[in-house]
Amino acid sequence: MGVKFEHVTKMYPGGRPAVNDLSLTVPTGELLVLIGPSGCGKTTTLRMINRLEEPSSGVISIEGRDIRSYDPIQLRRGIGYTIQQTGLLPHMTVEQNIELVPKLLKWDANKRHERTHELLELVGMSYETYAHRYPRQLSGGQQQRVGVLRSLATDPPVILMDEPFGALDPISREVLQNELKRLQARLQKTIIFVTHDIDEAMRLGDRVAIMRDGILLQVGTPDELLRTPKEEFIARFLGRYIVPHTAPLESIGQFMQTNMIAIQRELADGGRIVQIAETPLWFWLDGEGVLKRVAPALADGGNGWNSVEWAEEDIDCVGERDSAEDVLRRLADGETEALPVVDDRHRLIGVVSRRSVLKTLSNTGRVEV
Amino acid sequence: MNVLADFWNNYGGQIMDALGPHLFLTFVSLALGIIVAVPLGIFLTRNPRLASPIIAVVSIFQTIPSLVFFALILPFLGIGTQPALVVLFVYSLLPILRNTYIGVRSIDPALIDASRGQGMTSWEILYMVELPLSAPLIVAGIRLAAIYLVSWATIAALIGAGGLGDLIFSGIDNYDTNLLLAGAVPTALLALLIGFLLGMVRRLVTPRGLKVGVAR
Repeated sequence: MGVKFEHVTKMYPGGRPAVNDLSLTVPTGELLVLIGPSGCGKTTTLRMINRLEEPSSGVISIEGRDIRSYDPIQLRRGIGYTIQQTGLLPHMTVEQNIELVPKLLKWDANKRHERTHELLELVGMSYETYAHRYPRQLSGGQQQRVGVLRSLATDPPVILMDEPFGALDPISREVLQNELKRLQARLQKTIIFVTHDIDEAMRLGDRVAIMRDGILLQVGTPDELLRTPKEEFIARFLGRYIVPHTAPLESIGQFMQTNMIAIQRELADGGRIVQIAETPLWFWLDGEGVLKRVAPALADGGNGWNSVEWAEEDIDCVGERDSAEDVLRRLADGETEALPVVDDRHRLIGVVSRRSVLKTLSNTGRVEV
Repeated sequence: MNVLADFWNNYGGQIMDALGPHLFLTFVSLALGIIVAVPLGIFLTRNPRLASPIIAVVSIFQTIPSLVFFALILPFLGIGTQPALVVLFVYSLLPILRNTYIGVRSIDPALIDASRGQGMTSWEILYMVELPLSAPLIVAGIRLAAIYLVSWATIAALIGAGGLGDLIFSGIDNYDTNLLLAGAVPTALLALLIGFLLGMVRRLVTPRGLKVGVAR
């Protein structure tokens, strides 16, 4: 049964309806992505599920039971909730934040402690290192991980996520998306996930619901949406995924590869060392995802860590919108194997290599998600 | 040293006698101020439309010179400790009220929203989120009020409430500089001491999570 909306409308005083006659069923165990331009009503839709907003009319039910029959406080304690700003309490440690709802529900200390251990292990954060840190002592990605763990703490069947990865740098975002997919494959929660990032929607959603001006335009699996977009607006929204690569190949962004990110090492200051798509380069990023150093990857993985030869400050990298011509020549001449691609804030977003260029040219590049 | 010892021999007894009532006036009015202003400040954060008018009214009291205030209240409450407490209590309100209101209001609304979304009651949000996070500002307001009260309490001597002000005014009346100093110097020291102690309290109530360095 999962979560069901029946003719739900939300009016604010003196305005157009924020959500207009929405009917939608999210089956148990599905990850549904709500997407649309800002002001389309996706967040309001999400917030009506845990009664942070009350619908003006219509019925919302969870597992077949009208949510109005619950006390709102009890209802919210039974639903996971994660937001973009993490909402972690700055005066509580990671452990205290995760244990917040279990504590409100009066779980005994042993059970809470066990659960916190288990959850931190789940995302590869060691209890000893992180449990007693405060949110401000974590990188953005780590904070958001803890935010997600907090929403999982009581093992709720339904989890609401409001742009949880929206404020993260591109690499952290990709890592957390993969983590969420992995968690979801294991936990099989009913997740409603709001985003405005179409890449995120296509990557994460079992189904994707596209909204505009409070109206649900279409809902379907990413494949269905690509094959049969109902309207012009949706086709435009999916633009990059549908339009074949007939455009002239001009900027680096078209040639780069952004998936297959492997984290080689997490650093104590929130930074990390990553490798992308098996190109023989290691990238040293700070907590914000900014590219600091580059080194040739060592063949044996993490051994002999100290023998890595990090290049001096001046990093050979290219911008996403830079012209491709020069880079293609350098790759063709064998002058370089691969180059990191950065955005305008110098955050690493991908890598361009001979292989990624060939992939793009063979027209399989961006379609696989 | 001799001078100080002589001074203490002459005035020590009077200072100690005056100190009791002075501390009484200061702390009772401060306690009343805290009991009223902190809950009122929190109430105003729930009803922000009332905030500006109420804070404006309390501010008007603050602008009345203390001497005038004591005189104004004389016809109604007479002389003695009680009217003095009333005046000092009114003066203590503004710093505490304003800091409580600002302290609670300055908390990131997303944090409150997330806390609501976790299923915290508004009571739980108050004592688990809002009060711990605004405690440093609230204590700063209490500290400011306490320092003011120590000095204003001297004026309460004029309406017969006693305290170190007695020594100051007797000193002025009798051209006795030493007696005046016997009132003024302990008052100043007391203000410094209370300021220092409450400054320590402020550091104690500042959550560790807000003091730690930021990663990156």
